[in-house]
Amino acid sequence: MISELSEVIQITFLSLQISGAATLISLLIGLPLGTLLGLGNFGGRQLLLSLVNTGMGLPPVVVGLFVAMLLWRSGPLGGLNLIYTPTAIVIAQVIIAAPVVTGLTAAALQSLDPRLRLQLLGLGASRWQLVFELWREARLPLLAALMAGFGAVISEIGASMMVGGNIRYQTRVLTTAIVLETGKGNFDLATRLAILLFVITFLVNWALTRIQQKATHQ
Amino acid sequence: MPLVILTIILAACHPSPPKTNKGVASPFLVQAEKGSHSPPTSHPDSASRQKNAPLILATTTSVQDCGLLDLLVPLFEAQSGYLVKTVAVGSGQALQMGADGNADVLLVHDPTAELQFMAEGYGKDRVPVMHNNFLLVGPPEDPAQAKAKPILEALQAIANTQAYFISRGDDSGTYQVEMSLWKTIGYNPQGQSWYIETGQGMGASLIIASEKRGYLLADQATFLSYQDKLNLEPIVEGTQALQNIYHVITVNPQVFPRANYEAALAFVQFLTAPETQKHIGEFGVQKYGKPLFFPAADLGFGE
Repeated sequence: MISELSEVIQITFLSLQISGAATLISLLIGLPLGTLLGLGNFGGRQLLLSLVNTGMGLPPVVVGLFVAMLLWRSGPLGGLNLIYTPTAIVIAQVIIAAPVVTGLTAAALQSLDPRLRLQLLGLGASRWQLVFELWREARLPLLAALMAGFGAVISEIGASMMVGGNIRYQTRVLTTAIVLETGKGNFDLATRLAILLFVITFLVNWALTRIQQKATHQ
Repeated sequence: MPLVILTIILAACHPSPPKTNKGVASPFLVQAEKGSHSPPTSHPDSASRQKNAPLILATTTSVQDCGLLDLLVPLFEAQSGYLVKTVAVGSGQALQMGADGNADVLLVHDPTAELQFMAEGYGKDRVPVMHNNFLLVGPPEDPAQAKAKPILEALQAIANTQAYFISRGDDSGTYQVEMSLWKTIGYNPQGQSWYIETGQGMGASLIIASEKRGYLLADQATFLSYQDKLNLEPIVEGTQALQNIYHVITVNPQVFPRANYEAALAFVQFLTAPETQKHIGEFGVQKYGKPLFFPAADLGFGE
């Protein structure tokens, strides 16, 4: 019982670490890229935006398959020995979450009143000051973008299963553990894990929502 | 586009100096190992474990579902210092992983496909590890009146009465045996409304059979370890045609230079060591009243 509990804790922390890291990296990619796509004016912007928006609906199993093909020993990146590691799951999850963060960032910035931009430029804002002010203005939808990205990866299973392999103590995360325990007929444990996953997702989103709403009242 | 992102991430994940190709320099992996879980057997020298490249074991779902690997893998890890990455798939897929060089060692039970695998040069060593039997299980009410009939007659009875039959429907060793039995009676059940192909592992298929009140060909180990969760009972068992032999196969390092042959060989030696064989023979006796597997030594053949 004790050992089962410690394993559940280990699985939970691993899920949080992996999906947290993937969300953070997606933010680092998605915020600048989304800003560029939302505010920029260059050839191919619409095509790129369409690609990103398509990426928002990428099925995790498809991502899992492609990342697995890259990382298998027989694949082009096989020499990195990344298959069946948490890093492999992070890579797949970034590919799932980055388009979500990017697309929603672009949409958030585009929904701002265009006159705000002109006004800021009129006040003599530099390029960076402009971007920073617009991010501040759009902080509510930007935090929502972050939550959507995290939600996409913490709940994802196809990619984790394929590139992680659901290996005990190494790459078993909450979602893959739920599938395993259901397959084993351990519905009690599966249900407990499912509730845990729900509670964790709730807590993370609750924290982010608090930050978001606090920002409103400033 | 994904490639661009991938490159960025790879750079982000590995700011560290160039790795030697031994060991996985993942910060997460290290944390996972140090994590709050207490492994059944503590590894006294984690540095030595990092030196050894991990061993990828591709295996059939039955060995994982019944819990045998949860006993053996930690023992091997403690004895050898290798970290094992177990991927539980059907025997067919496990052999495919071996043929693609994506695994180091295989634990499978599909002798025909195994021999072909060896003949094609993908495998280096192939050693029997253990054996048990397949059995036909079904609902206690036995709608096809198949109980205690010879296996071929039992299948014929199921086909005649169109009782539900649950099939793995994958490339597993169990599925291969099932297919060859159907073939022997000259009947192809695929596409029949009572013939349900799950495409899932042994355990999951057993649960589906129990829910659907259907018959199913199962390996003894998984059936015994799931029995208390199922409303199924043995219908036909103990025939020579239903013998189930597990072999361990090392992937040929001459064909796949990236294969961790050293670790694979250590795993083979571990599995065939008298002490491990004793563990295998005793596994499940206390819990289920009889062994789930019999040591390979019982088979009386040396290859």
